[in-house]
Amino acid sequence: MSKENIPLTNNEDGADNFDIRDYLRLDLFPHFMCPGCGHGIAMRALLWAIHELGIDKNQLAVVSGIGCSGRISAYIDANTFHTTHGRPIAFATGLKLARPDLHVIVVTGDGDCLAIGGNHLIHACRRNLDITCVMLNNETYGMTGGQVSPTTSDDRFTTTTPTGNIEPAFDPCALAEGAGATFVGRELTLQCPSLKNLIREGISHPGFSFIEVLSDCTEIYGRKNDLGESAEMIMKQKSAYRSENYGLEPKEMFQPGTVSTGILHKGDRVEYGESLRSKGPAKT
Amino acid sequence: MSKLTNLQGNRACVLGAIEAGCRFFAGYPITPSSEIAENMAKELPAVAGTFVQMEDELASMAAVIGASVGGARAMTATSGPGFSLMQENIGYAAMTETPCVIINVMRGGPSTGMPTRPSQADIMQARWGTHGDYSAILLTPWSVGEIYTETQRAFGLSEALRVPVVVAFDESIAHLVESVDLASAVSKKGMIRKKAVGDNKSFAPYAVTDDCIPPMALPGDGFRTHTTGLTHGEDGFPTQEPLAAERAVGRLLEKIRVNQSRIERYESSHCAGADIVIVAYGITARAACLAQEQLQAAGIQCGVFRPQTLWPFPELAFRKSIESAGHVLVPEMNAGQLLVEIQRLAAASDKSVAGLNRIDGENISPSMIVERVEAFLDE
Repeated sequence: MSKENIPLTNNEDGADNFDIRDYLRLDLFPHFMCPGCGHGIAMRALLWAIHELGIDKNQLAVVSGIGCSGRISAYIDANTFHTTHGRPIAFATGLKLARPDLHVIVVTGDGDCLAIGGNHLIHACRRNLDITCVMLNNETYGMTGGQVSPTTSDDRFTTTTPTGNIEPAFDPCALAEGAGATFVGRELTLQCPSLKNLIREGISHPGFSFIEVLSDCTEIYGRKNDLGESAEMIMKQKSAYRSENYGLEPKEMFQPGTVSTGILHKGDRVEYGESLRSKGPAKT
Repeated sequence: MSKLTNLQGNRACVLGAIEAGCRFFAGYPITPSSEIAENMAKELPAVAGTFVQMEDELASMAAVIGASVGGARAMTATSGPGFSLMQENIGYAAMTETPCVIINVMRGGPSTGMPTRPSQADIMQARWGTHGDYSAILLTPWSVGEIYTETQRAFGLSEALRVPVVVAFDESIAHLVESVDLASAVSKKGMIRKKAVGDNKSFAPYAVTDDCIPPMALPGDGFRTHTTGLTHGEDGFPTQEPLAAERAVGRLLEKIRVNQSRIERYESSHCAGADIVIVAYGITARAACLAQEQLQAAGIQCGVFRPQTLWPFPELAFRKSIESAGHVLVPEMNAGQLLVEIQRLAAASDKSVAGLNRIDGENISPSMIVERVEAFLDE
């Protein structure tokens, strides 16, 4: 998308003075994501949430890993860190501990967060440091050509599952909740305003927030599995997910035949940094 | 006024780090370095610092870099297997020019090896451990007192040059208890991170400067820079443009080269007029000095060259120290790692170079060196 074509207003009502260009490094456009990719919508929702919260860009740190999701940080006009594969959460942990004054947001993908970085995710959930983790789930490694990932659906074809995937997919939200995350939510890129609201709640939550965004990889994964164009892929996601109006109350995570969206779990454990600072020096 | 106290090597490392302003430690337990994490957990809160035990060494190194880009003086400590796991992010620190200090308490390897036995077999890993072209700094203290001062120097170099600095010492010094002078603080003059100043619009985070060290912007300063392990241009954003790529990687190498005089440190004793020079580092250099005394007493003109900065190797000083010698002996607790470098440096001369190597988890004794020197001179 060239910088001239960036939509100025939101599909909700456009009345909240959100101009995404205020939050982008426009010099880097056109961006490198494929036509139809859902990642741009997720980035828009993230920046919109940041705008609604009134976060100062100078106090915002966006930390990403490797993969298509990892490239998002470069387009955001903030303090941005494109780190190593799987390690953005660990990197963000150090940054947030050293600089509690910063808003630290991790943007990661299903491979980055659940495969190579899975260990860091579960421990970040357990630790509950105030970081918002936005995981873009497109069910594949798009950057490297479309290999199977920990969230690839049953029997799907990828370049490394030429006869269909035989490994069951993770439910990332169930994993995060099981590991102790105090804020867990999921949303589709179909619903940018709802996604924005979810991310806004996640950032506002004092503790580790895990947000799964159902994105679509049209060019590689969609093509390989005859899932249609981007709009079709997203509508297929919609039918598979129980998409309700956004609400503040956690909902049941599982419904027969569908998976829920919205805030799925909230806990009230003390935030890690607060705990740490309350301890004081060790007794000799 | 000196402030003498008895300390274990690993604890001296912690006190040196804190003296140098270290306020963040992330690590993962591993023998024989664990006392460093334990002492950090105890000492850091008292100076308003942060200790965190991470889930593995990959996370530890990532968290250290994360803390450092936030402005904290940060370090980790590990041993062989953990040092292997940290290599990718050490490369990230080199590429992004993020200051950090990594302590590697060397134990026997490869793999799990001998966790409680000393070794010096990671010195080449410290030089070449991560992938790609980069220059590393490795400091190799030989005593508990020097662990205290060299850890301080590591922070100064790392902050001033924006490079990861490794301090490696073996298990025997890590667990040795010796008298340390806590007043022996290393000068901090000029050993600080250059801060970005000026207009945030025109600021180029990787601009070429005379000393090849670009000033560093911190979050909150208003510069809003991008940091990436991808090859980047002076503006910090990824590039594959050949000239920009060559300049980016070239400057990482050049940075160490042009600042070598600030980095290198060595001791050269009795080398002038010597027939044989022993090149040794870490605990092995102590054996070499005792051997030198015995050899001297027996009428053999023997010198000792001890690099405290092992990488970049103090080449000029070394060449000068072996001017008169016909023989160079390199004792080390590995199968001959520094030996290869010394052979390279002495290749153009007619000097005879030999190693004395031990890979059985035991220290090299002075008598072993004396015997080897006597045999070497007879060869």
